[in-house]
Amino acid sequence: MDISVKNDTAPPTPLPAPARRGSSARGATRPGDRIFLALSRGSGIFLLVLMAAIAVFLSLRAASAIGKDEANFFTTFEWNPTGDPPAFGIAVLAFGTVVSSVIALAIAVPVSVGIALFLTHYAPRRLRGPIAYVIDLLAAVPSIVYGLWGALVLVPHLGGLYAWLDDYLGWTGVFEWNGGAPRALFTVGILLAIMILPIITNVSREIFRQVPRTHEEAALALGATRWEVVRMAVLPYGRSGVISASMLGLGRALGETMAVAMVLSPTFDIEASLLDPGGGTFAQNIASKFNEATTDGRDALIASGLVLFVITLLVNGTARLIIERRKEFSGANA
Amino acid sequence: MSHASVSAKRPGSLKGATLPKWFSWAVAAGSVALGLGISAAAGLDSSIQWALIAALLFVAGSYGISARVEGRRQAKDRVVTSLIWVAFLLAVIPLASLVYETVRRGVKVLDGYFLTHSMGVVADTETGGGIYHALLGTLEQVGIATAIAVPIGVLTAIYLVEYGRGRLAKAITFFVDVMTGIPSIVAGLFVLSLWIVILGMGYSGFAGSMALAILMLPVVVRSTEEMLKLVPNELREASLALGVPKWRTILKVVLPTSVGGITTGVMLAVARITGETAPLLLLVWVTNFINANPFQDPQASLPVYIYLQYANSGGSGAAYDRAWAGALVLIAFIMILNLVARGIARWKAPKAGR
Repeated sequence: MDISVKNDTAPPTPLPAPARRGSSARGATRPGDRIFLALSRGSGIFLLVLMAAIAVFLSLRAASAIGKDEANFFTTFEWNPTGDPPAFGIAVLAFGTVVSSVIALAIAVPVSVGIALFLTHYAPRRLRGPIAYVIDLLAAVPSIVYGLWGALVLVPHLGGLYAWLDDYLGWTGVFEWNGGAPRALFTVGILLAIMILPIITNVSREIFRQVPRTHEEAALALGATRWEVVRMAVLPYGRSGVISASMLGLGRALGETMAVAMVLSPTFDIEASLLDPGGGTFAQNIASKFNEATTDGRDALIASGLVLFVITLLVNGTARLIIERRKEFSGANA
Repeated sequence: MSHASVSAKRPGSLKGATLPKWFSWAVAAGSVALGLGISAAAGLDSSIQWALIAALLFVAGSYGISARVEGRRQAKDRVVTSLIWVAFLLAVIPLASLVYETVRRGVKVLDGYFLTHSMGVVADTETGGGIYHALLGTLEQVGIATAIAVPIGVLTAIYLVEYGRGRLAKAITFFVDVMTGIPSIVAGLFVLSLWIVILGMGYSGFAGSMALAILMLPVVVRSTEEMLKLVPNELREASLALGVPKWRTILKVVLPTSVGGITTGVMLAVARITGETAPLLLLVWVTNFINANPFQDPQASLPVYIYLQYANSGGSGAAYDRAWAGALVLIAFIMILNLVARGIARWKAPKAGR
């Protein structure tokens, strides 16, 4: 057991050692080698240039749009880039994006951790493979299909839940429902939760799998129940992994476009109630407003896209840095 | 639940009293029966309500009985076990519903006519029409995106695994990871600002392909990298020891060994971008007509077709039916790609001795 565990955690095939001094120096003199190295290094550099270009060109258009904006870009509750004077701001979009993503995370993280634990510690051994496959399928369904399903199947089924929430929690103001079609931020949150479930599950599962067998066996030997093993050995080991998995999920939720655009009926104001239709998100606003936008309108949308880009960059970068500290696994394949 | 079979501690046994294996099933059956009884008595007709009542009864029942017989800790363990099963079932429900609804509503209009005709002369609210123009557009756009992303992605991965040391490789690895998280709409906006706004090109399938290629690149790099790392080092060393130049070693030894895995990764990446909608909406625009030229004029694509049928339907059943049928075709395409990719992965897996 112990030996096989060691084999598993050993670094994957070490990089070719002979590429040191002699062979690589002599190899580099061969034209074929030089061309090949240049090509592959060029591709890598191209990738970096591409990332820089994305930032630069979005900033260029965004700067031109924000220069024309007569209102405060960050605090205005209005989207009228073609008006006279042009006035638009991202306050409503930022609010909607954050709120719907937070709802999605609040639903998806506990469920995903549950499924990941189910797959690694609870499910009957024969079921694990097929279930993991089903979760992968959930990840492969395109967002447009989630949107269609959300708009035509999920939305009509949420009335009952919203009426119930309104009855018992309506006094908070947050869960007040006026009986309109449930195309609200909360609905978006539920749909996003379903969509980010697979990635959080997959990354968490990878981490729970890497919990040293000896930790678990030590807990079991002390007479711990299965739940106590999970609580004392598995969860502490996997905590940072679960956090970064959640952040990867958050990154997905923040940038989701079509599903949100199809489910939400947007308005440009902030309402206290999450169950009443209204609000908007960055990505949804771009998709919905794009077909009626002129050049100025497009630039304004690009400006809001730049904000989204920066936010997702920060979220994903942080998640990757957390993962990076533990080299053994990477969530990129999830 | 019968307490007779669970005697107290057997003399000389180290284990405490345990409930028999069928205990959970018995409690489950009991709580379902009680739940049905209560909801019938109270006149509740929703199936969700009796299920909820039964679930609560199950948790409370197994906790109570187990706490008395086995002790608090075991009881807690049972409650958590049922909570984790609930989490799993919660995730299965939407997937089952999604697949069921898509198939049920999609097969209505899905036939040979639907696959071979466009929406050219069909109003959005009429019946008839098909997805031929969208299929054509999707295949072309995804094909071009693949042709752009695969060479760059594979070469980058080769650089990272075979050559990469130091800061450049580290930076590339980090940004590839970050790139996987770029929202598709941002990739669309980038191509829009560069290609359409600044360079003044028109909407075309090719513009969409570029955005798709950006989304595909990091996935290809990551999966290829993983596969190249699996190639046993002995193979490289054997080839280099024979005096074969490094680039020929990579082309003739490393790549053929890992070609199965690389193909799998590429196919999964293709499956992922096939469903992308947002960048295409920004860059390819929309049309109901057949346009076989991806370099000029708007083109249709399957995901955008689904969106249009939904958005322009005006609530008409005919358009919704077409949207579901389009979704069914799209899902089927992606699932087949996934299955084939996994098949190749299993068939061609490099024997890395692990």
